[in-house]
Amino acid sequence: MSTEVSPVGTASARESIDRAVVRFAGDSGDGVQLAGNRFTAATAAAGNDLATFPDFPAEIRAPAGTLAGVSGFQIQFASEAVYTPGDRPDVLVAMNPAALKVNIHDLRPGGILILNLDSFKEVDLRKAGCATNPLEDGSLDGYQVIRVEMSRLTKAALKELALPAQTADRSKNFFALGMSYFLFNRPMDGTLRWIEKKFAGQEQLIEANRLALKAGFAYCEATEVFPSAYEVPAARLVPGTYRNISGNQALALGFVTAASKSGLTLFQGSYPITPASDVLHELSTYRNFGVVTFQAEDEIAAIGSVIGASFAGALGITTTSGPGMALKSEFLTLAIMTELPLVVVDIQRAGPSTGMPTKTEQGDLLLAVHGRFSESPCIVLAARSPADCFEVAYEACRLAVRHMTPVIILSDGFIANGAEPWRLPDLDALDPIDVRYRTDPEGFKPYLRDPVTLARPWAIPGTVGLEHRIGGLEKHEETGDVSYDPDNHERMVHLRAEKVARVADDIPPTEVVGEAQGGLLVVGWGSTWGSITSAVRRARTRGLRVSQLHLRHLNPMPRDLGEILGRFERVLVPEINLGQLALLLQGRYLKPVIRLNRVRGLPFTAAEILDKIIEIEERPR
Amino acid sequence: MSTPTALTKKDLVSSQEVRWCPGCGDYAILSAAQQTFAELGVPKEKFVIVSGIGCSSRFPYYMNTFGFHTIHGRAPAVATGIKVANPDLSVWIVTGDGDALSIGGNHVIHLIRRNVDVKVLLFDNRIYGLTKGQYSPTSEIGKRTKSTPFGSIDRPLNPVALALGAGATFVARSIDVYTTHLRETLRDAHGHRGTAFVHIFQNCNIYNDGAFENIREKGQREDNLLHLKHGEPLVFGKNQDRGIRLSGAFATEVVSLGNGLTEKDLLVHDETAPMSYAAMLAELQPPHGPMPIGVIRRVEVPAFDAEMRDRIAEFTAARGPGDIARAIRSGNTWEVT
Repeated sequence: MSTEVSPVGTASARESIDRAVVRFAGDSGDGVQLAGNRFTAATAAAGNDLATFPDFPAEIRAPAGTLAGVSGFQIQFASEAVYTPGDRPDVLVAMNPAALKVNIHDLRPGGILILNLDSFKEVDLRKAGCATNPLEDGSLDGYQVIRVEMSRLTKAALKELALPAQTADRSKNFFALGMSYFLFNRPMDGTLRWIEKKFAGQEQLIEANRLALKAGFAYCEATEVFPSAYEVPAARLVPGTYRNISGNQALALGFVTAASKSGLTLFQGSYPITPASDVLHELSTYRNFGVVTFQAEDEIAAIGSVIGASFAGALGITTTSGPGMALKSEFLTLAIMTELPLVVVDIQRAGPSTGMPTKTEQGDLLLAVHGRFSESPCIVLAARSPADCFEVAYEACRLAVRHMTPVIILSDGFIANGAEPWRLPDLDALDPIDVRYRTDPEGFKPYLRDPVTLARPWAIPGTVGLEHRIGGLEKHEETGDVSYDPDNHERMVHLRAEKVARVADDIPPTEVVGEAQGGLLVVGWGSTWGSITSAVRRARTRGLRVSQLHLRHLNPMPRDLGEILGRFERVLVPEINLGQLALLLQGRYLKPVIRLNRVRGLPFTAAEILDKIIEIEERPR
Repeated sequence: MSTPTALTKKDLVSSQEVRWCPGCGDYAILSAAQQTFAELGVPKEKFVIVSGIGCSSRFPYYMNTFGFHTIHGRAPAVATGIKVANPDLSVWIVTGDGDALSIGGNHVIHLIRRNVDVKVLLFDNRIYGLTKGQYSPTSEIGKRTKSTPFGSIDRPLNPVALALGAGATFVARSIDVYTTHLRETLRDAHGHRGTAFVHIFQNCNIYNDGAFENIREKGQREDNLLHLKHGEPLVFGKNQDRGIRLSGAFATEVVSLGNGLTEKDLLVHDETAPMSYAAMLAELQPPHGPMPIGVIRRVEVPAFDAEMRDRIAEFTAARGPGDIARAIRSGNTWEVT
């Protein structure tokens, strides 16, 4: 934080700073995610750029007060561009000892620690497994500790409502939120309106939460509990209309937009799975767009229904995560064999097996690119940020329909749940999605191909004169009839590969940020974009010659990629896996790369990547 | 829009050479389906036949309609997607005892409980044919096959009872070579709005020949088949001199007519009766009684695809058609200038 002081309209002065990172932490039942989301909305309304990272346990309600039940929400906001939710919080709000214990090591030295003093009783400390009381054992000496009796003060504020003690205590997240609004001078009116809408019909609850929010703010104003308060001026974002959006919301909107622009009916077949279910929830609200959402009996039926819908002429999509991807793989090869368009979204999570369902990972790249039996090529795209999910969803639909083939989108738990401001796109400027069903029976052969894309015709049931059969058995090159001819099979294997390879003609030239050649190139894919971007910017500020390239198209890869890699002396590939992109790059382009791999279920911090860049670039050569 | 033109059986025959073993019961079912489809008044291009894997699942290749030979056990999922995406189509699933009841059991029960308007033709030969002769989920206990040289110990599954358990709104049974009956049954299935589950006994003359001899062969079947007809008493036998009556509260017994017993003492078939009645019929089979064939249960329940279409229409009428430019602006937006 910088220390430039500027007066504000109130009695107290506020320090103006250019960025801040705040983390709310508490029991998963404490309303921490709610507080985080409201703080985000208020921050967006204040005009800051921002990025968020909700981090919660898989257990819906783990035993209260235990380490397993701690839920967190981190936001970085700034008066300049923000690429990540931030490495270390400047402010930590801990609602109980367990939340403190889990999160304190991330708080930057000297950072502000806001504690709910009422939850530091002996029983609370025991549940959190604290041998000594952190409030007394000196372990918090390096921080600005703000101890507040949030439970008592909330109850006092709600006294007139005569609520049962437990009910009143539930509003303490709004008290904490009010405190953080004061600390960063956020307006409360948006949140007050939101409370009214959210709890419509529950008058007591509305009043309780409104009072608690205002009480938290007023408490800070009256007691001057914070040594100083802050102001983060609005960011100079690219002009336009903005909204805040999560990755899963953006995917849903991207699909609906693609359906709307193409005139196709959107059909989603999905089975609930963390962290992908929100796309199903989201799309099921778009009924008046003609969107059909089908909650199938399992992951297999989900993709099966989508293949059926696609055969019948719909824009079919299915959403899942790693375990579901494994189950879908046989059906995916049927879509490859029958050359039907559909989009499969894999929102990656930490594995193997059930792993850590709510934690992020990039472990499915090789699965997406190569993880099917036989020669089964598939287009693979990856989204790099929550807002980018919109473009990637749209692009996936465009490619699927144009090339008549399945497309896999890789997202992950981090960007699925994380959110950022999104500049609304000009819908007219999006690439068109031209769909032409085959209608003319004259000369119709189900596997006769478009000479440019090698796509076969989309001939949907109900079209007079186009009756034909498709299926999983090998096809004759033109007629699509079953064929066991060895030479035909070899030609078909090559045709299916070539069809996907030609998608590269549809990919724009690759962008390199920084010098176009020279020293170090950091290559990434997917959700590491924010951390890599921050790290590369900081490295460049230090005077290091570091460039950045981020891949959206993982299969096929851009035609110019090999040539670009060849222009750099060193290539660094940070990934939240054990080096899957590194393996692909080395295998395809024979380019040695330096790997940076961490698999902790968490996104990279920018510092982790910066440290590696410095290690590489500043070591004697 | 095309108007239904009169089709003949020949119109439904595809150019593909049929490759089932000579003498397979599938030939008779194919012929019955081609004949029946020609008579349904449905334009040819509106038929979609979806199959899984197995001998029976080659069926779509031989029908000159739209067809989809999918993967093992999963035809119901694909058929559901097709029907929901375009409810105007007449969608038929062709499957077998292994495909539908073993690897695909989960999909079958969910198709039925949802009551998706598709027709399921389950060819039951009580054996795995395409993989060359292993026992199937409907094989009888003690069956000696390549994978059970000392006899199987699995209890067989009763397809009709399974369908009823899943809440089937239409269940019927027929036999491959019982051509006229099979065609009538297919017509009944077509007429039902919802999942029509048709259990068809089909002889595999290579790996399980004679499995249904007592209900399939002339001279035996007359005494072993119970023809179900809505509103008529459960009478069977070459001389129509035996019948089924209630014995106690939840069981049936076979009785001979005469000696004071008349048709009035027998159960009267009711396709719409409570599930417990249909379940009693499902349990009937030789040697303890006759094998009921025909429509076992037929009740009207809204079909899934129709419900889906109606809900979307209602929602659209209430909210107005979706506007994507407005949708992307939903939630809190702000201007940066």
